[in-house]
Amino acid sequence: MSRIQARFEALKAEGRGALIPYLQAYDPDLETSLALLKAMPEAGADIIEVGVPFSDPSADGPTIQLAAQRGLKAGATLAGVLEMVQRFREHDQSTPIVLMGYLNPIHTYGADAFCRDAAQAGVDGVILVDLPTEEAQWLRPHAEAHGLDIIALVAPNTTHERLVHVLREASGFVYYVSITGITGTASASAEQLAAAVPKVKAVTSVPVAIGFGISTPEQARVASQIGDAAVVASTLIRTLAGTLVDGKATGQTVPAVTQQISALAAAVRGV
Amino acid sequence: MSASSTATPAQVTLPNSLRSGPDGRGWFGEFGGRFVAETLMPLILELEEAYRAAQADPSFQKELAFYYKDYVGRPSPLWFARRLTESLGGAKIYLKREELNHTGSHKLNNVMGQILVARRMGKTRIVAETGAGQHGVATATVCALFGLKCTVYMGATDVERQKPNVFRMNLLGAEVRPVTAGAGTLKDAMNEAMRDWVANVEDTYFLVGTVAGPHPYPEMVRDFQSVIGTETKAQILEAEGRLPDAIVAAIGGGSNAMGIFHPFLDDVDVKLIGAEAAGLGLDSGKTAASVSRGRPGVLHGNRTYLLQNADGQIDEAHSISAGLDYPGIGPEHSWLNDIGRVEYVGVTDQEALEAFQLCSRQEGILPALESAHALAHVIKIAPTMGKDQIIVMNLSGRGDKDIFTVAKHVGVEL
Ligand SMILES: Cc1ncc(COP(=O)(O)O)c(C=O)c1O
Repeated sequence: MSRIQARFEALKAEGRGALIPYLQAYDPDLETSLALLKAMPEAGADIIEVGVPFSDPSADGPTIQLAAQRGLKAGATLAGVLEMVQRFREHDQSTPIVLMGYLNPIHTYGADAFCRDAAQAGVDGVILVDLPTEEAQWLRPHAEAHGLDIIALVAPNTTHERLVHVLREASGFVYYVSITGITGTASASAEQLAAAVPKVKAVTSVPVAIGFGISTPEQARVASQIGDAAVVASTLIRTLAGTLVDGKATGQTVPAVTQQISALAAAVRGV
Repeated sequence: MSASSTATPAQVTLPNSLRSGPDGRGWFGEFGGRFVAETLMPLILELEEAYRAAQADPSFQKELAFYYKDYVGRPSPLWFARRLTESLGGAKIYLKREELNHTGSHKLNNVMGQILVARRMGKTRIVAETGAGQHGVATATVCALFGLKCTVYMGATDVERQKPNVFRMNLLGAEVRPVTAGAGTLKDAMNEAMRDWVANVEDTYFLVGTVAGPHPYPEMVRDFQSVIGTETKAQILEAEGRLPDAIVAAIGGGSNAMGIFHPFLDDVDVKLIGAEAAGLGLDSGKTAASVSRGRPGVLHGNRTYLLQNADGQIDEAHSISAGLDYPGIGPEHSWLNDIGRVEYVGVTDQEALEAFQLCSRQEGILPALESAHALAHVIKIAPTMGKDQIIVMNLSGRGDKDIFTVAKHVGVEL
């Protein structure tokens, strides 16, 4: 059983959904983001999304754009991100890691080489914003061969026919982009989620994570109950950015973000 | 990456016609496709359907022909450049006068077609990206014509170097939003326009300005621009009784070039040459020559040649001409390069500046700095050709917008 599957089954037994915090690798530097990554499970992360910095993040708002720029400035490469995950895995063998990013760095690395090296580093899945189902065949056979889940994305404007088409080969979990828009801007209401998510769940048996626009503990709680997981990204990066001095990490950087994750985790766990 | 095999150029089995692409999934050989976020997928599928319906509808073709003639001012003349020909002392040079179109460039051909599609789709708001501002001006123009809301994204660097066009867009009622991300040029404007589109899927139409982006944009924009080549073919046959030996066009995203090349793709005796912006020199690291100095990758919805680093991060392009300052190129060009049907050459900032001045003095035409890149290559090859040979160059736009840039480079303060 994959780490992702095992984690969702364990949480199901606990009767709660997952909290999936996000960090951008190398933001603001490798050691700080690795320290943050290592501290996340303890703070309450059930699964972790690691953003792979890209020069042209066209589905992201200003917060994540700036994080990507800081990461690139700090020397992030795809190989470096995989190494970072490998170093995390020396400490933690159970928390699933999902890479999130854009296709071109992976295209450059090569489909098979990437899937092989990512799996070896301990990556469990990939979310590629600009790789829709129509083009995913480029990666899918290699991902399957190396046991990597390609996390499918669906959105509020995905029709029923498309849901069926897109989720036919879903594995790991499904990422429900809760708004039509970019990261870190608008939020969906609980009513909107309650109306939309069951339609996704009706066509797939894999867990549904809800992301984009989730920033408060209350929003995370609601999303993790309506879906199976809540993804929280931009608000954590805003917190991180707020601790930087001249773009550099301070003693506050890791604790500030982990405290916020703890508050989110408490809400998701209903404590 | 396409369904087709990873054949090397020599092994590609060419279809009977080079004009039949893309395939049903938007691929030209191994280039093209639809690499967009799921939120945009329904929109591009809807667009494809609307475009197919328009193509098949005679009333759409009639409407487009009407606007081409009475609003854009088509057909554009094919001008025999006598003085330029004589001074270069070789091939006869003809200029396809796209700079005479309303708004001063070929951009309106595409915009006119797409705005009619957008209207058929019931869209009420238009977003566009622009580099030189010519596409932005053309888009603002048709939005004024049809009373649609218009938002144009333009890199902050370009806003600075193309001020007259920013003011023109404002006069036309469009909102110009400067983009400060990255180097503040066309690729950043493209990112921002895509972000706007994804956030406004209900009412907004993304009016792409070149033969790039996710399918069906490369095909649709090419089709609308092909009016250039179709007219050219008839005009040169009338003037010379035969097809030209070479056609030269500047390459930004590649729309004016695709427009003039496409009707000639199967006329294999006609040499087709795309002039990419070499910036400070092809090997200077400061170029916009995506084919000459890039490699295939995925950006802005399509797989194509891109300027990028070893890790797949997109490089900033460099060109004196804002309209060519883009690290990618339309996917059909990438394919035409790989099968060897079109030759792509580099032209430096300096060469373009010299061509700009030569054309102004010898033909009484101020060419756009973009078009001046094509002309610079004509200046190189015409003297090497016989006097009985013919070159057609696509004079894609007028140079009035560039006088500040040119003045700066020749040391004149305006
Ligand atoms: C006059 C002119 N020519 C050429 C271009 C380059 O675009 P394309 O390669 O799509 O024709 C531009 C772009 O702004 C332009 O304004």
